[in-house]
Amino acid sequence: MAILSNRESLEKFQDKLKSAQSHGKKKLVSLCAGSGCGAYGTAKVHHALMEELTRQNLTEDVEVKLTGCHGFCEKGPIMVIHPQGIFYPQVKPEHMSEIVEKTIKNNELVQSLIFKDPVSKAKITLEHDIPFYKLQQRIIFGNNGLIDPTSIDDYITVDGYSAMAKTLFDMTPEKIIAEIKKSGLRGRGGGGFPTGIKWDTCRKHHGIRYVICNADEGDPGAYMDRSLLEGNPHSVIEGMIIGAIAIGSHDGYVYVRHEYPLAVTNLTIALDKCREYGLLGKNILGSGFDFDINISRGGGAFVCGESTALMASLEGSPGRPRAKYVHTVEKGFKDGPSNLNNVETWANVPVIINNGADWYAAIGTKHSKGTKIFSLVGKVVNTGLVEVPMGTSLRTIIFDIGGGIPKKKKFKAVQTGGPSGGCIPERFLDLGVDFDELSKVGSIMGSGGMIVMDQDTCMVDVARYFLDFLKEESCGQCNPCREGIKQMLEILTSICQGNGKEGDIEMLEELGVMIQRFSLCGLGTSAPNPVLTTILYFRDEYEAHIRDKKCPAGVCKPLFHYEIDPETCTGCRSCAKKCPQEAIAGDKKKPHSLDQSKCIKCGICYDTCKFDAIVIR
Amino acid sequence: MEQTIKVDLSKIDNIIDRYHGNKEALLMIMQDISDIYSHVPPTVIPILVDRLGVKISMVYSVATFYKTISLEPRGKYIVSVCTGTACHVRGAEKIADALQQKLGIQEGQTTSDRLFTLKAVRCIGCCASGPVITVNKETYGGLDRTAAEKVIENYKQMPLNGTA
Ligand SMILES: Cc1cc2nc3c(=O)[nH]c(=O)nc-3n(C[C@H](O)[C@H](O)[C@H](O)COP(=O)(O)O)c2cc1C
Ligand code: SF4
Ligand code: SF4
Ligand code: SF4
Ligand code: FES
Ligand code: FES
Repeated sequence: MAILSNRESLEKFQDKLKSAQSHGKKKLVSLCAGSGCGAYGTAKVHHALMEELTRQNLTEDVEVKLTGCHGFCEKGPIMVIHPQGIFYPQVKPEHMSEIVEKTIKNNELVQSLIFKDPVSKAKITLEHDIPFYKLQQRIIFGNNGLIDPTSIDDYITVDGYSAMAKTLFDMTPEKIIAEIKKSGLRGRGGGGFPTGIKWDTCRKHHGIRYVICNADEGDPGAYMDRSLLEGNPHSVIEGMIIGAIAIGSHDGYVYVRHEYPLAVTNLTIALDKCREYGLLGKNILGSGFDFDINISRGGGAFVCGESTALMASLEGSPGRPRAKYVHTVEKGFKDGPSNLNNVETWANVPVIINNGADWYAAIGTKHSKGTKIFSLVGKVVNTGLVEVPMGTSLRTIIFDIGGGIPKKKKFKAVQTGGPSGGCIPERFLDLGVDFDELSKVGSIMGSGGMIVMDQDTCMVDVARYFLDFLKEESCGQCNPCREGIKQMLEILTSICQGNGKEGDIEMLEELGVMIQRFSLCGLGTSAPNPVLTTILYFRDEYEAHIRDKKCPAGVCKPLFHYEIDPETCTGCRSCAKKCPQEAIAGDKKKPHSLDQSKCIKCGICYDTCKFDAIVIR
Repeated sequence: MEQTIKVDLSKIDNIIDRYHGNKEALLMIMQDISDIYSHVPPTVIPILVDRLGVKISMVYSVATFYKTISLEPRGKYIVSVCTGTACHVRGAEKIADALQQKLGIQEGQTTSDRLFTLKAVRCIGCCASGPVITVNKETYGGLDRTAAEKVIENYKQMPLNGTA
């Protein structure tokens, strides 16, 4: 017998949890156990914290929550102490006794651990005062820091599953679809297709219908789907249940990468709990509606994120796309009408139902509603996940929230949309980011990857990098994609090696247009984008490689060398001590010299010198 | 240390049972087998054919299509260097160079003592902490050359008797 057998029992349970929370323990320590913080050692910090609390007899008064990603992963492991919201970044096991003694017991701050803003250098105590968080609007991602993803009760406490109950008992499927249409929600997986219209089309086709969640997240540099599934799996599950009610489906699938083990674990726990509580399975909340969700683990192929390939993979075959004469909403998985949405799209659904379509549609721009989570990474001070209203400018995201470029270097470009997107130069930084604006300058918003590049990034190398990625990922079944990408890559590689010749740029453009036109699936049709946008905005860099045989950014090894500028070198010896080749010599406090015949261009000296005395020539 | 891998057939059966012998789960079953043996040993392929009712050609085409599956034995520690975009612009290439030198093997190869396999992966979703590597299921972030070399050194020092 399920624990929650009808709507009243869910509501009563929710009230009980809420009042227990308001009368509960006074202090709450939220410790991030997401993958990023985990890599910096959350487990050891947790262990030390629990030991200290036990030692001080405080386990009854203090609640410790291991949460999913808070977004500010670079500063991990992250700890936030409530009710005040005191933010301690980069905590270590040895800090625990002081934190417990001072902050937890006596409400005092541990001065040495307070966050120092890398831009203003100001010390900031509270989480919500930190510029990185202050300018965000976290309607989808905000609960991540408050709930333990393995606890269904935590999710229910923050009104979890109320939207589902509302759709089950107060709304007809038509009404749900109308609400989603009115909200203006568009798919977050990259294409931006209106979600309500997709549901409606799927609902109108006959057969066994399937509801599927795309958690393949193949875009390198993007990890918001991972963090949502890890940190708040129930929000995705609730979205899928609502979708299933609207579409009339009883079978759901989540297709998730095998490389995301924590996401798989937390999702598995969440699904089991739902079944135990009666929120999945037969007769959900006594409504008569049946629905369950299976997990399918993908095998690390980028192309499997494409809808037809994903469904082939779900069926147990190699994931090769097929021509879309018939759309998957009509004939997809096992030939049934199949509705595929991205992780973040699903997580938006309960928020819309709870707050209403009008509230939601007031956020964002004319044709792109709501917020979007971006993965702000690369050469930027504050890396992490950032949720902002659609239409927020690139400048706000990169400079105000992201804190700009580290080490006083110059911004060069931002890459959006992953391998299907493009590189956007400085002059477009004031563009608002939504589905339409970025495509006007040759890129796309895509699923939310935002990779910042500085003066040390070579744009020809970036183009080569993406084609190298796509060559590996092309499924190979159509010629323009398979052979075209290979040829473009050969040209780019020869340019990077110093063998570029006149006419190469034009050849790349010609091949690019051919691949865009004649490829079967989205991987091929968008593959030339990174090359074409870098040619468009950074043609001079291509020309420097081809004509002058120079890589101005100092990345393509055959096309540059390091020199020490005798005018600026202070003779501090830092570089000489670190050079693995012993290529640098000189007397202390005198200008040093660099022996080209020994140098392997590893760049250690360039990164080490504080006086910018090592120059790229 | 060349040794033939002994396959515990009851373990294979257990894995297949976990998926109710469902042929749609072929890829996941092979991934679970790989988690135990670091690859899909040739001896289990007839079992998959038999119990799942799939063609042998299907087993091979799935195994070669998906990068998480290897038909060749791999090292005890699988070192994956992320070469995703975020890690690439933060110098993943230098980490890969350093590890190739440290281990004396190229990407895709296994050391002769069967301890390490080095491979490149495209993004493991820890992009904010780049450059990152993983060793089996552990992730190491914010690396430079020396830190990456140290990670390998730590595994070299580890006692060999633990199970892979
Ligand atoms: C090569 C390729 C890779 C894709 N990878 C993903 C992915 O990793 N995740 C995703 O949600 N959508 C991906 N998509 C888009 C999906 O095909 C599909 O449009 C999307 O999942 C639909 O969900 P949405 O409408 O909620 O965005 C990819 C498309 C292509 C062509
Ligand atoms: S365009 Fe490329 S990835 Fe897509 S089906 Fe053709 S070969 Fe495969
Ligand atoms: S690039 Fe590397 S090898 Fe060359 S001088 Fe600098 S530290 Fe030495
Ligand atoms: S680190 Fe810079 S300033 Fe110091 S010796 Fe080297 S080149 Fe000269
Ligand atoms: S994983 Fe901890 S903040 Fe992202
Ligand atoms: S790019 Fe390296 S983890 Fe994502």
